[in-house]
This record gives sequence, structure tokens and C-alpha cells, in this order.
Amino acid sequence: MTYVVKPKFHHPELPKNKLGYTHRDYEGAVSTLCAGCGHDSITASIIEACFELSIEPHRVAKISGIGCSSKTPTYFLGNSHGFNSVHGRMPSVLTGANLANRDLIYLGVSGDGDSASIGFGQFAHCMRRGVNMVYIVENNGVYGLTKGQFSATADRGSKSKRGVVNSDNAIDMVGIALQIGASFVARSFSGDKKQLTPLIKAAIEHQGAAFIDVISPCVAFNNHAGSTKSFDYVREHNEAVNFLDVITGRAPIHVDYAPGTVEMVEQHDGTILALRKLNAEYDVHDRQAAMSFLHHHAAKGQIVTGLLYVEQDPQDLHQHLNTVEAPLNTLGEKELCPGSAALEKINAALR
Amino acid sequence: MKPTDISVPDYFHKVVDCQWACPAHTPVPEYIRLIAAGRYSDAYMINWESNVFPGILGRTCDRPCEPACRRGRVEKDPVAICRLKRVAADFKDDIRGRLPKPVKTKNGKRIALVGGGPASLAVARDLAPMGYECVVFDQDPKSGGMMRTQIPKFRLPETVIDEECDYILNLGIEFIGGRRIDSMKALLKENYDAIFVGCGAPRGRDLDIPGREEAKKNIHIGIDWLSSVSFGHIDKIGKRVIVLGGGNTAMDCCRSSRRLGGEDVKVVVRSGFEEMKASPWEKEDALHEDIPIFNFLVPKEFTHENGRLTGVVFEKVKAEYDAKGRRKLVPTGEADEHFPCDDVLVAVGQENAFPWIERDCGIEFDKWDMPKVDPTTMASTHPKVFFGGDAAFGPKNIIWAVAHGRDAAISIDLLCRGEDIGVRPPPQVKVASQKMGIHEWSYDNEIALDKRYRVPHRDKVVALRDIKAEVELGYDVELALKEAERCLNCDVQTVFTGQLCIECDACVDICPMDCITFTQNGDEADLRTRLQAPAKNHTQDLYIGNDLKTGRVMVKDEDVCLHCGLCAERCPTGAWDMQKYLIDMTHAEQACQQRTQSAA
Ligand SMILES: Cc1cc2nc3c(=O)[nH]c(=O)nc-3n(C[C@H](O)[C@H](O)[C@H](O)COP(=O)(O)OP(=O)(O)OC[C@H]3O[C@@H](n4cnc5c(N)ncnc54)[C@H](O)[C@@H]3O)c2cc1C
Ligand SMILES: Cc1ncc(C[n+]2csc(CCOP(=O)(O)OP(=O)(O)O)c2C)c(N)n1
Ligand code: SF4
Ligand code: SF4
Ligand code: SF4
Ligand SMILES: [Mg+2]
Repeated sequence: MTYVVKPKFHHPELPKNKLGYTHRDYEGAVSTLCAGCGHDSITASIIEACFELSIEPHRVAKISGIGCSSKTPTYFLGNSHGFNSVHGRMPSVLTGANLANRDLIYLGVSGDGDSASIGFGQFAHCMRRGVNMVYIVENNGVYGLTKGQFSATADRGSKSKRGVVNSDNAIDMVGIALQIGASFVARSFSGDKKQLTPLIKAAIEHQGAAFIDVISPCVAFNNHAGSTKSFDYVREHNEAVNFLDVITGRAPIHVDYAPGTVEMVEQHDGTILALRKLNAEYDVHDRQAAMSFLHHHAAKGQIVTGLLYVEQDPQDLHQHLNTVEAPLNTLGEKELCPGSAALEKINAALR
Repeated sequence: MKPTDISVPDYFHKVVDCQWACPAHTPVPEYIRLIAAGRYSDAYMINWESNVFPGILGRTCDRPCEPACRRGRVEKDPVAICRLKRVAADFKDDIRGRLPKPVKTKNGKRIALVGGGPASLAVARDLAPMGYECVVFDQDPKSGGMMRTQIPKFRLPETVIDEECDYILNLGIEFIGGRRIDSMKALLKENYDAIFVGCGAPRGRDLDIPGREEAKKNIHIGIDWLSSVSFGHIDKIGKRVIVLGGGNTAMDCCRSSRRLGGEDVKVVVRSGFEEMKASPWEKEDALHEDIPIFNFLVPKEFTHENGRLTGVVFEKVKAEYDAKGRRKLVPTGEADEHFPCDDVLVAVGQENAFPWIERDCGIEFDKWDMPKVDPTTMASTHPKVFFGGDAAFGPKNIIWAVAHGRDAAISIDLLCRGEDIGVRPPPQVKVASQKMGIHEWSYDNEIALDKRYRVPHRDKVVALRDIKAEVELGYDVELALKEAERCLNCDVQTVFTGQLCIECDACVDICPMDCITFTQNGDEADLRTRLQAPAKNHTQDLYIGNDLKTGRVMVKDEDVCLHCGLCAERCPTGAWDMQKYLIDMTHAEQACQQRTQSAA
């Protein structure tokens, strides 16, 4: 928590994006989280991703639940639409908004408590329906806002700040997302923006249900020895399978990677994901292999990060339901009332 | 890059851009904070300790600090450092009780000072309180040198000169006015323990073109004319005046003319407007007083009729640059231009002259007929003779004269103690964390976004009626407070301790100026391209912190840091701290104390 306002001055040489904005223009209010909280780094990554993609802030809807993580939408994109909903209910509010207006970019921000405990069902259904969104879980293994109780993602055997050992099994949200059909699945670490920012960019460009689990240390309650979500632990056990570069359609593609180490994945909208592979065998298009790879490494105590799975031609909820393309608020009487003849026809069909 | 050694006093001194740029190294942010706190006397004393003439400099300083001020790299204009100095002088209480007292028991050493300008006075200010018997000779009746004889009173009132010169003369210094030193040899024979030459650069350059001799009655050398005005020997000038030259003397000449009957006053300069030597604010003030400035005109001839000046003929030139970027003025080929006028003031440069120093008295001169002077010790080739101010390296300004004087005082003291004048004690550094609470600092770290405040001026009609009426009225308390808030407190340093850092990136994320980067180490050229924001200002250092768990380094580009302390507020472990570095330059007295301490 800070008392002074973050000064408006910025570096005179700051780059500007296509809209003429600097990354400072994508900020929100100054964070009120604890100093050093991993969530603030994720905020910075979201800001950087939106800046680099030259997204117009008013085209973004940021929706969250309850928790320190769910507070963060206040700290980025001050000129976007926002809805800070109830605990665990981000997915349903976001689904509703998305159904009403598919033209916006939907950014769902949640925590491990918000999504793996109280909102577990919401998370699951939203992913299996294929809502076109970016679902970010800022995962610290605790309920930070309520003073550090273990959450459902806390690893069995890990220790609380007071030394209590967690005896429950952990939910791996990446595993669940893969299993229930998310079309873009990734994991990253708040302490590694080089990996995280491109993943957020790719997820935004992805036209389907994109899920990113971001390990985000809680410096107040879960950054001690014995924790498996601390800065030190994550750095020691991070098993990155790849790094991404996102090449949007407009920028020329210049490939200067060593052959064989990079895979170009073209997305539906023309965006190209340049995957720098750290693990040559890892295939981002094989859902089953991804799941067993995860299990295998989890058993060894490793945290697999990177782009874990991506579908090139995802389908989303609107396609499944065959909904009207125009946002509902733009539909007038003409489109909504087809007239009595049409009504007659419908009634006749039901008789 | 190697990790930064912040214990070297220069490292953090350079971060305080203004103080580093000030020849006397005045602790600027420290006095600005005191002004903001309403402690004007304390602010004045800080200034007095380092630059000796706060009231004079607060009105006239060339202010090398301002172009250096960090604020000017963050927004359009620097902090009005100079005019805040005047605020301290204007609003202080009687500070005479806080000045050093004349010493009762002298140390038996006698020092002669030639010239009573700022350079000599600065030497005497340091040596007299240490027991030296200082004798100042000046050909003019009063002390102050060109501060008194050249700078017009509408820029610097006599009362201010009197006050600040007296503070020094009252330290028990013997001032012998109206006495010109005519022979160095004779002076050396008087067996002084040391001699300081602060005789300035007294000669105005002339312009030897046709008509000069014939029209001489109405052609005046700028600095001679200004001193005659200052002494009251001249109190009027013709209606139409042409001032030749583009420096600060030309600006003082044209503005003085406007006050002595000149109605149509023009400044005509060989070079372009931008390249003129005068400070931007002096040009601005002249233009404001309806004095047009004509550029790219070279004087060719004075026209005259029956021994009376009628005007000046100018050749039109343009600037051409050769392959090396050197400028040459070449005629445009257009017809010459004739400007009619009644008087001409020639302000085309100032020169040194040492007719009274015999060239065989042991003081070597170089091929430009300037004494050979060591820029650190101010020593000449004669072991007992030191130079300073305009006499040392040609015409500069008051603050350089002061800085030279104080350096010479250290040398003279060392000499009189029989020590090596080349061994100079380092500056004294005081370090103190400013942390008071989780987000509380003992300095105001909120950044004011205000633009630079203008100093109120006297109404033009009133100002032009009286050559002694000061044009600038100075900030009032309210404006001073607002201007003071613009200072970024560059002396409150960001200090990094790598062992405490957990690399959470909180500082990187909060820093409004993108100063901080955690990255793999590299050489400087490479690192400068790999930072959060490009570090293109090579005059500003990169602060390298090591001891990080990941083996990376912390790189902070000092260039545009606001010293807002947000990095330290955001740091969960206290790896960043805001610490005030007060750097006190060594003066003769401290140097002496340091020596006694280390000997003890
Ligand atoms: C028109 C004009 C305007 C200026 N405006 C500014 C300004 O706004 N700000 C600024 O910082 N600087 C200004 N300067 C420059 C500044 O005045 C000088 O740089 C400064 O005064 C130099 O100080 P000094 O002690 O070296 O010598 P001076 O101030 O020149 O003092 C030398 C003294 O020595 C005396 N003297 C010389 N020879 C002898 C001798 N043989 N025996 C006895 N006495 C002798 C002289 O009479 C004089 O009093 C200005 C200069 C001029 C000409
Ligand atoms: C319906 C409801 N139940 C319980 C709470 C109390 N509560 C607030 S935040 C929170 C947990 C948040 O944990 P997480 O989503 O992991 O966020 P973090 O603070 O760790 O970022 C709980 C249980 C609540 N606000 N509402
Ligand atoms: S309690 Fe934990 S999660 Fe919440 S703001 Fe503090 S460090 Fe972040
Ligand atoms: S902002 Fe203040 S401390 Fe910094 S350079 Fe300017 S005057 Fe000096
Ligand atoms: S004080 Fe810290 S946060 Fe503020 S500008 Fe400087 S480095 Fe950045
Ligand atoms: Mg949590």
C-alpha cells in the first residue's frame, strides 16, 4: 500500500504503440496489495501485453471474483469495462457478458481460492463451454485476502507459514483445464515476465477458452521455506518447456532461430506463435501427451511452465449456440420482432 | 559491468545533477527543502557556507546548475534553483550571529590579495577565520569587483552587494580601497606568506574598423561605459543606440541604455540568435524591453559627419558549415545595410591584462600571455603566488570565481603549514536513511507536476524610468513554496542491497520512469540497450547491484529517476532504501580539521 500517487511523468524515450499510447497509458489505480505481491507483476504483464497488442482499452472487459487477485483489475487498464463480481462467480458473469456482446475482449481474473475452491464448478463449466476469454488464475496456494489459509491448489505436504502441514491433495487447474476442453492452456510464473507476457498476448489473440495458471507468490503468507509457491521454490523447480514470441499479422515475420528449435503455430486470426522449444519432444498440439507429461513431472516435484496446449481452430460458445453476431444492445425492434406472420409460423411448428 | 561502489563520494554526488554542475558544489536540494519548510535562514547559511554570495548569486548567477537539473530531462523546464537562492536571501532573519567571528589571536601568517572581487573575497572568507591576516587591495574605493562595477543595479541592488561583502570584510579583513598594485616585484618584496591574484579580466575589446577614430566621441567600450554608469560618471546616452556584440555585457549595455535616454536601442550581432553568448533569459529580458536583436550582420564601418557619429554599416552574412561541422560566416552578397545612430557601445569581448606583473618575477606566462595556473590548486609557477577568478583562465563568472577562491584558500593554508598543496582532502559525506515508517519518509516524496513559475517583474514603464530600480521582484512566499516543491530531491538516493532482494519485481513494476531492470550482466554498451527503457544518456551512470540469488544483476539507469521512493515503498524486504547523501565540499577549515583528526 502506497500513499503517494504514482507520478504522471514517464521516461521520455518510452516506446509508443500503434495507437500512440505508452505502456503507462494502460495502467490503472496504484495497487493496494502488499509490497512485493506476485499479483502486481501479473498486472504489469497484462499491461505490457495489451500495450504491445495495441489494444484499445475500451474494447476490454475485465471481470473478477473476490480475493487479492480479484482486486487487481483495478490496477490495470483504467479505461476498460470492469465488473468485480462475487466470490467464485467471475465465470458466470463473464459468460453472460460475452453472450450479450461478443465484440469485446474478455479478461477473467481470479485466484486459486476463487476458482479452485468456491468457484470450482463455475471454472469447469465455463471452460467446457468454450467461452471465448482469457482466464487468468493468480495462483498462490492460499487465500491471501483472508490471511493465508491453504487453498485447494496448495500441494500436499507443503507447510503453512506457521508450520502446519497440508494433508489434502492439490487440484492442478492446468490438468483440469486440459481435461475439460480448454483450447489454450498455459502455466507461468509471476517472477518471469519474459515468459508470461507473450503467453497473455497469445491467449488474448486465441479465439476460444484460454486458461493461464500463473504461480504468484504471496509474500505475506506463502513465501517461506516449506511452501511450494514461494519465489525460491518456483525458481528452483521451474521446468519450462518453451518460450513464446507472438507475431501479430501486421508485423513482418523475421525468423532468426536455430532450425528445429522453433515451431511456428499459426492462429485462426493470422497471429503466429513462435515457440522456442526448450524440450524438443514436447508437442503443444497433443492434449493427452500434455496431461501425462504434466503428471510425470509433477510426480518429480517439477512445475511445468510454458504453452502446454493450443488448438489451432478453436470453437467457442457462440458457434456452439449459433447466436446472433451483433451485440444484443445494438438489436432494434426490427430484428427482435419479426412480425406476426413469423410468430404464426413458429406457433404452427409447435402445434 | 562491475557492481557500483557507492562508497566513492563522486558516485552519488553525480546523481545530484545540480550540485555536481555547480562549481562551488552547493547542496541545492538540501536548501530547497529548507525553503519549503520555511527555514529561510538555514537555507541561506547552507548557501553561504558553499557559495559565499547567496543574495548576489540568487540574482545574477550564470546558473550552470539549471541546464543540468534532472527536472529538465523529465519535463520542459528545470527547477528555478537560482531564484530560490534569492528567496533564502530575501526572507532570512538577521544571520550575522551565525557567521564566523573575527579571531582574536592571529596565526602570524600574512596574505596579500590583489583585487577585491568575488575571487579574493572567497579566499579571505576562508582564511581570516583560521587566523590569517588578509590584506585586500583594490584600485576601486569599494569591494565587490565587477559585481559592483559592471552588473547594472537594476539586476543587482547596491544594498545586496554591501551586505554580503561586509559579511566577509567584518571577519577582520583589511580592505585597502583606492590602491592599485603596480608591481608584483614590489609586492613580493613585502614578504607576504602568500599572494592571491584576483584582479579579473579588466579590458574590453575594441573594434578597429574605418571611422573608429573619427567618431570616437560617440563610440564607447561596453565594460568601461558600464563602470562609468555604475560610478555615476555617465547618466545619459543618445536617443538612438547600437550595441555591438551578443554576450551578457551587450545585454547589460542595451538595457542600461534604455534607462539613460535611449529610445531606439538595437543589438546587432555577427552570429545567429541561438549561438549568441548571452544567457537565454538575458536575451528574453532585452526583447521584453523593446530592444530588437539583429543577427548575421558584421560591422564594417562607422559613418560620421563633422566628427559626429551618424551610424554603422553592416555586411550581411550567413552561416556555412564545413565537413567538420565548423561554422564560418560568409557574405551573402546582398547590399550592405546602414543603421543610423547617435551612440555605439562596443561589447565584443573582454580580455585579461597583467601590465603590473613583471614577466621576470618568477610567474610564467603561456603563449596567450596568460599565467600558467594549475586548475586544482590554483597555483602559479611561483610557489607563493596563486590566481583565481577571471584572472586565472579568462573571463568566467562569479560562481567560478568563488570556487577558485576556495580552492586557492586550501592551497594557501597547506603552503603556510609547509604541506604538499597537491594532497587535497576528499569531500565529507553524511549518509542517513530517510525511512520513518512503512510509507513515511522524512522528505516529501510526492512529485509535483507544476510547470516552472515565473518570477514577477516590476512594471516595465516604472522599471525603465530608474536605472536603480530592480526589475525582478523575486518570488513571494507562496510562489517560492510552489517552485520549491518542483525539486525532485535528487540527494535522497536510491540505495540497493542485493542480499535482501527476493527478485519479486515490485520495484520494476511500480517505477514510474522505468529506471530499474533485473537482467543478465553484460558490458555497459550492451546493457544500455537491454533495459526497461533505453538508456541513451551516456552522461548518466548505470547503478549495478549484485548478490542476487538468480545470478542476474539489478541495473538502475540514474538518468530520469524521480527519487519518488516508490521502489523503496514497494520493496517487501527493504532491499531498496532512500538515503540522504549530504556531500560537503572540503574548504580550507575542514581540510585543516580533517588533518588534525587523522593525526590524533
Ligand atoms: C557587464 C558584465 C556583466 C556581468 N554579469 C555577470 C552576471 O550576471 N553573473 C555572473 O556570474 N558574472 C557576471 N559577470 C562576470 C563577473 O562579474 C566576473 O566573472 C567576476 O566578477 C570575476 O571576479 P574576480 O574576482 O575574478 O574579478 P573582478 O570581479 O573583476 O574583480 C577584480 C578587481 O580587481 C581590481 N583590480 C584589478 N587590477 C588591480 C590592481 N592591479 N590593483 C588593485 N586592484 C586591481 C579591479 O578593480 C576589480 O575590482 C559580468 C561581467 C560583466 C563585464
Ligand atoms: C461467498 C464468500 N465466501 C467467503 C468469502 C471470504 N473470502 C474472501 S477472499 C477469499 C479467498 C480468496 O482467495 P484467492 O482467490 O486465492 O485470492 P488471493 O487473495 O489469494 O489472491 C475468501 C474465502 C467471501 N468474500 N465471499
Ligand atoms: S496477502 Fe498475499 S496475495 Fe494478498 S496482497 Fe498480500 S502478498 Fe498479495
Ligand atoms: S530536481 Fe532539485 S535536486 Fe534534482 S537536479 Fe533539479 S534542483 Fe537539483
Ligand atoms: S525513486 Fe525508485 S521508483 Fe522513483 S523513479 Fe527512482 S527508481 Fe523509480
Ligand atoms: Mg490465492
